[in-house]
Amino acid sequence: MPENTPISSTSSNHRIEHFVADIEQTPLQATDSLNEQAAPLSLWAEAWKNLRRQPLFIISALLILLTLTVAFFPGLFTQTVPTQCDLINSNAGPDGGHPLGFTLQGCDVYARLIHGTQASLAVGVFSTLGVLIIGGTIGAIAGYYGGWLDAVLARLADIFFALPLILGAIVINSLPAVREHRSVWTVVATLVVLGWPQIARITRGAVIEVRNADFVVAAKSLGVSRVKALITHVIPNSLSPVIVIATVSLGVFIVAEATLSFLGIGLPGTVMSWGNDIAAAQTSLRNNPSTLLWPAVALSITVLSFIMLGDAVRDALDPKARKR
Amino acid sequence: MLRFIFRRVLQVIPVFFGSTLIVYYLVFSMSGSPIDALSGGKPISPAVVAQLTAQYHLDQPFFIQYGIFIKNLFTFNLGTSFSGRPIAAIIGQAFPVTARLAIMALAIEAIFGVTAGVFAGLRKGKLFDGTVLIASLVVIAIPTFVLGFVLQFVVGVKLGWAKPTVGSAADWADLTLPAVVLGLVSFAYVLRLTRTSILENMNADYVRTATAKGLSRRRVVMVHILRNSLIPVVTFLGADLGGLMGGAIVTEGIFNVPGVGNTLYRAVLAGEGPMVVSIVSILVLVFVLANLLVDLLYAWLDPRIRYA
Amino acid sequence: MSKDRVQITEQDGSGPRPLLELRDLAITFTTASGDVPAVRNANLTIMPGETVAIVGESGSGKSTTALAAIGLLPENGYVSGGRILFDGEDLTQADSRRILELRGRSIGMVPQDPMSNLNPVWKIGFQVKETLKANNLARKDIHVQVAEVLADAGLPDAARRAKQYPHEFSGGMRQRALIAIGLSCSPRLLIADEPTSALDVTVQRQILDHLATMTSELGTAVLLITHDLGLAAERAEKVVVMYKGRVVESGPALEILRNPRHPYTQRLVASAPSLASQRIKSAKAAGIESSDVLTLETDASLAKTDDVIEVKNLTKVYKLRGGGGGSSEFKAVDDVSFNIKRGTTLAVVGESGSGKSTVAKMVLNLEKPTAGNIIFDGVDLTALDKKSLFNFRRRVQPIFQDPYGSLDPMYNIYRTIEEPLRVHGIGDKKSREAKVRELLDQVALPASSMQRFPNELSGGQRQRVAVARALALDPEIVICDEAVSALDVLVQAQILNLLADLQTELGLTYLFITHDLAVVRQIADHVCVMEKGRVVETGTTDEVFNSPTQGYTRALLDAIPGSRLELPPEVA
Repeated sequence: MPENTPISSTSSNHRIEHFVADIEQTPLQATDSLNEQAAPLSLWAEAWKNLRRQPLFIISALLILLTLTVAFFPGLFTQTVPTQCDLINSNAGPDGGHPLGFTLQGCDVYARLIHGTQASLAVGVFSTLGVLIIGGTIGAIAGYYGGWLDAVLARLADIFFALPLILGAIVINSLPAVREHRSVWTVVATLVVLGWPQIARITRGAVIEVRNADFVVAAKSLGVSRVKALITHVIPNSLSPVIVIATVSLGVFIVAEATLSFLGIGLPGTVMSWGNDIAAAQTSLRNNPSTLLWPAVALSITVLSFIMLGDAVRDALDPKARKR
Repeated sequence: MLRFIFRRVLQVIPVFFGSTLIVYYLVFSMSGSPIDALSGGKPISPAVVAQLTAQYHLDQPFFIQYGIFIKNLFTFNLGTSFSGRPIAAIIGQAFPVTARLAIMALAIEAIFGVTAGVFAGLRKGKLFDGTVLIASLVVIAIPTFVLGFVLQFVVGVKLGWAKPTVGSAADWADLTLPAVVLGLVSFAYVLRLTRTSILENMNADYVRTATAKGLSRRRVVMVHILRNSLIPVVTFLGADLGGLMGGAIVTEGIFNVPGVGNTLYRAVLAGEGPMVVSIVSILVLVFVLANLLVDLLYAWLDPRIRYA
Repeated sequence: MSKDRVQITEQDGSGPRPLLELRDLAITFTTASGDVPAVRNANLTIMPGETVAIVGESGSGKSTTALAAIGLLPENGYVSGGRILFDGEDLTQADSRRILELRGRSIGMVPQDPMSNLNPVWKIGFQVKETLKANNLARKDIHVQVAEVLADAGLPDAARRAKQYPHEFSGGMRQRALIAIGLSCSPRLLIADEPTSALDVTVQRQILDHLATMTSELGTAVLLITHDLGLAAERAEKVVVMYKGRVVESGPALEILRNPRHPYTQRLVASAPSLASQRIKSAKAAGIESSDVLTLETDASLAKTDDVIEVKNLTKVYKLRGGGGGSSEFKAVDDVSFNIKRGTTLAVVGESGSGKSTVAKMVLNLEKPTAGNIIFDGVDLTALDKKSLFNFRRRVQPIFQDPYGSLDPMYNIYRTIEEPLRVHGIGDKKSREAKVRELLDQVALPASSMQRFPNELSGGQRQRVAVARALALDPEIVICDEAVSALDVLVQAQILNLLADLQTELGLTYLFITHDLAVVRQIADHVCVMEKGRVVETGTTDEVFNSPTQGYTRALLDAIPGSRLELPPEVA
């Protein structure tokens, strides 16, 4: 008989009993059976199911919905023309039909708030789309193909990353060519040019994690071409961290627009935006703080909703929570 | 380790030249006539034009001009400002103020952010955690300049606890309020990042093993959770220095701090090309070097990186 | 169960007291969807110095039961009933300070995954040192002591190794370091949670042998947690079988193997590859030697060359970026040659780093060989143009190891299996759907699973889907890269049977890449043993298993857990 080596020596002065559980109580279940009752659930459907249960998500989604409605249909919320200002009302308090009072210029604060939503939100949305397209593409290509292409693109991203957002935006927006044609689009372009490296880094990381997954190799051995595998398998599976960062970035871009407008090099004074209103209100801060307060609150709540949305989405898409 | 440092230093070089080249190109070539950029667009005499052309080698090809600029940057030979003072002297005076401000802000966000983040993470789901999480979200959502105005108004004007404006002395005490304003947003980010990182590491296998070894809870937290959790935070702090520079422009404006940010902002508004390029290039250099330092710190914290 | 309890109370008076005793232990997890019982009515007794193994599949509650003994349940788990008696002391009533005292010094632990259980930022020596210090066992010459502890665990050159970081260690070395930590305070009980399942078999054998020597010298009792019944029987006096959170059977190790009474244990014994010694015969070809039938059949019907794949002098060299900016070369595959006969299975066996997976990638044409040829049906694969490569893809398909990684989580099962058909433009929508149904039927999955997503399926089900996808293009060769290694024993047996059935039915040729010789015996006709990129031995499965000519092959065979057990013929 071949030698049997137990891990430790037997102290065999006691008898080991052979115990068998009651079979009635421990019935053998079918190996690997499929629950046919449950409804099919894709990852996105599951994430959506998780999301709907989170109060954080519900609150932020409702707020964002409200902001979007205000941006698209300001007429639903106020009939007052925000540009019709009368110095008689300068810094006047709230009164009938003007719930939030007047600015130094005698403009209705509430009406300006409502009509300023569009520009602020537009900058946020379009800048995010821009960085997603540019940063996402560059990051995906760098991560997927690797090698020298990755090295070159990574250095390129580093170069732009070395220009801090506000610093770089000041330089770009003060160029005569830009300064003379200031609009939502110049601000968006500036933020995209300086903001893409972050998304590129995140996308690159996510793509690298997925690109060698067995299902990508399996697709290639089916005859799926390299580019097609990137589009049909790699990118859809790299999206979740990118979506999370993009949601948070949207808030960050709204703040950046306000900051640039505050510095006088963001949106032109003719465009109504929260940033411009806050900048204009700083002179009357001491005697009429509410002119600064309201646009600041509106902006903060919007930004907050996007950050909370990002948080909720991150929890819903968390791969660690998903596995078990 | 040496190889890692060497490789990392090599990477800094193209990044520095790349980004300063972009800034130089933007300021001098995109602005139409470089003479305009140098003179702020004011009409000037042909003699001055000739003098500026010679001083900035405008008759030379673009890359030669850029090369001369870089050489001048490293020898602090930056020309004179519109006011006639040497640019190097102006920067030399303003830079220490901003450095002080940035260091204070960085210290505030690192010390308070990490501490609060660790406590929140260790007491996940408790009252402190919840409060801190919500407060941090609110802070992140409010733009720095609004925070600046509010704190200046409340703390400086109403309560009178600090000088609402800093003025030329700009010592450590004067800079406390601006530093708090500057560091507040990043403080919130550091807090949240530390918390997430702590939570992630608390469930790591090696933490369970450390507990099974018989280590006290305190030791498990200090030795095994904390150090590992700091790795992503350190990276964030490096990258955040860029945010602080942008923030400094705003904060210095609000509190009238005689720092680089303020100087840069005025130069931008005045269209003072050479000043803008010089300051931005120096800031980029500081940023790139700070990130280099952070990477080395990172490698020290995480031995796996050194051999990557 | 009540009988059990009475017995122990009797023992309290007379015989030796058990070191660890679990009485009707119940553990519950609180989850978002309510309380989930993880363990129920678990009873277990370990005498001082004894080795007891808990055997079960993933999710059976075996690790949870053991971790409860040192208060290491996950945050959401708690002991909801019963007692944990350590040397007569009820640990469910003990405060956290007492548990802390026991950890390390009285109860040590060797965890499962050596890669994640050492803190990557501290040196190995530091991690040993702090264990000794925390348990007040540190001597003055602590560095010497640390080196001794590490050397005792079989780590060569311990003094120097102590100054290294975990990432500089191989898996086996890390496991030795973890064993050193677990035993450094000479505990009375060691909980070894799958201590070697992440390691190569030969390393596994060495480490378990060493662990056995050490614990018997120290007189440490061991609670060994494993999924491998063969390993449990070989290493423990007593085996406890857990199934779905309950102890279904326990008793003397060999007794359980020879005379399993609970249906689950019976099934486990029947399915354990390490205990099987014969090739699985397809149910459809039962009674006849399967390989004979297959070769005859395919020869007659196809009348092509016998060898469907010929690999000649295959070599793959990787360039590694070495120190000082230069690059060194690494020969992953070195002059490998073999043939596969149509309709048969060739198993390529080797440990990690043997180059077996690189061979698979080259045969799949996912990697280009540095030298040598792969002749597929008379055509040299290395010289295929784009179009013939695309056609080649239809004829050779892979199945991978990780059932969680090989299916795109974004694709439902229908799209997953349909993808190959779509890519190759086969049929229209309707005929493709019919084909998918047929394939699902072949792998014994209900048609209703078409709308499911991979995250809703178990590991075995996912692997069935992977098989269905591989078969969609009616390939001639299927390359199984560790295709059953990640599965629980019973599921593994099911998939191996499925593969055998499909081979008979469709005349498939398999190239089976695996580290597990036990599985090889069940599925392969021919074996090719690889070590460090080279082929060390080839032959028919019987030849290799019954009369191995090379020392390395013998070592591998010897290392199969349970290979040294003597079992009655009806089990073997």
